[in-house]
Amino acid sequence: MIALTSVDWIAIQLTLKLCLYTTLILLVIATPLAWWLSSGRSALRTGVQAVVALPLVLPPTVLGFYLLIMLGPRGFVGGTLESIGLPHLAFSFKGILIGSVLYSMPFAVQPLLEAFNTFGRRPVEVAASLGAGAVDRFLTVILPLTRGGFVVAVTLSFAHTLGEFGVILMLGGSIPGQTKVLSVLIYDHTEAMNYAAAHQLSLLLLVFAFLVLFVVYSINRRFETVRL
Amino acid sequence: MKVLLNPLLILLVVMLPVFSQASEKMTIAAASDLRFALNDIVALYKERNPALEIEVIYGSSGKMTTQILNGAPFDVFFSADIGFPEKLYAEGFAVTEPEVYAVGRIVIWSRNMDASKLNLQDLTDPAIRRIAIAQPSHAPYGLRAQEALMATGIWEEVEPKLVFGENIAHTAQMAESGAADVGIIALSLALFPDLARHGYSLVDDALHNPLTQGYVVTSRGKDNQAAHAFARYMAGDEAHAIMIRYGFIMPGM
Repeated sequence: MIALTSVDWIAIQLTLKLCLYTTLILLVIATPLAWWLSSGRSALRTGVQAVVALPLVLPPTVLGFYLLIMLGPRGFVGGTLESIGLPHLAFSFKGILIGSVLYSMPFAVQPLLEAFNTFGRRPVEVAASLGAGAVDRFLTVILPLTRGGFVVAVTLSFAHTLGEFGVILMLGGSIPGQTKVLSVLIYDHTEAMNYAAAHQLSLLLLVFAFLVLFVVYSINRRFETVRL
Repeated sequence: MKVLLNPLLILLVVMLPVFSQASEKMTIAAASDLRFALNDIVALYKERNPALEIEVIYGSSGKMTTQILNGAPFDVFFSADIGFPEKLYAEGFAVTEPEVYAVGRIVIWSRNMDASKLNLQDLTDPAIRRIAIAQPSHAPYGLRAQEALMATGIWEEVEPKLVFGENIAHTAQMAESGAADVGIIALSLALFPDLARHGYSLVDDALHNPLTQGYVVTSRGKDNQAAHAFARYMAGDEAHAIMIRYGFIMPGM
């Protein structure tokens, strides 16, 4: 029943690569960001938190439109790159990677922020007073205590990127192997009335998405019981 | 003031437009190459028929066909390729025989360079890094662009530079934003004032199958007199004048 073509495989590989890179980049960006957000209250923090959460509310087309303008050769980012002899980022893997990072940012920041808020500052302060360095404090105190938050952040970032469509449609240009991810390929299959191909890819995504969420919720439950 | 808050009264006011649906109403599904021409035609038609409510929905012809096959509420369908209406007619989703309303052309258009001096061979130039065409699998203009590139013998060479728009208007937007250096788009879009500020060059129509554009009244529009009347209007001189202004070739011309 499952007969994937090379076009399908290329899209699957590309999608997994995009999800993986997005998740890794988000871990690096979201961890310090969530830590800073959790370390006090100020108008600036509230502002940043609102900006991070924007993709939850905005239609992906808005994000895609602004990114296309900004990353293209006439935009600020793309234009600057062009002026120093580098290619602009519209219609490229790097471009949709930037789009995905912004688009999935709230799904990485929110669980980490919650985890950091829950365990509070005290364990870190105690560790510092005992002479633990910054890296040591992060690896031996923060990470073990907020493991659940990290697992949720990673799975949700990965899964949300998997479901991305509007941003990539506007910014990507459906280039096989570069920007034609699974969601866009499924759209093409349906419009070309190639329902059999659309069906099997959709089913694949459906099962995968269910498994990811199942894992997230089981982990959540386990950590709740541990906390009790 | 109490009467103002009477929920029944509010309900009545809200429902009023539903009860008073005496005016005629029709929904047109149209290929994206008609986006500007049909807007002008519909605006004029509305002036002539102020009581008529017309809604136009644009998309790629393949998408529109899929939607009609799945019960979309469209009364008339203007496709960029008569093959799609023929399919609908053959499967019993249309009540009129597919008829040609225009023939379209493809052009090379660019925001970044003077496209009036470009021909298809020039697209292999390394200075042109991104070329936008519509998705050939479901957008007729994309398929014709692909045919022309193949007939010129440069398909393999330019393929790595191609980016694909969801429909021909999306493709034009990719080129208009400047993010794609060149777009192979519909002449009807290149003649829209915003795009017409930049040059274009016609692609020789001997290089591809003709963009024979056909329409049908769908089975949903069977008893909608407004839909049949509008289809007749599209074949008249007034609509033809606008279509010609946007570069379409009329049947029999």
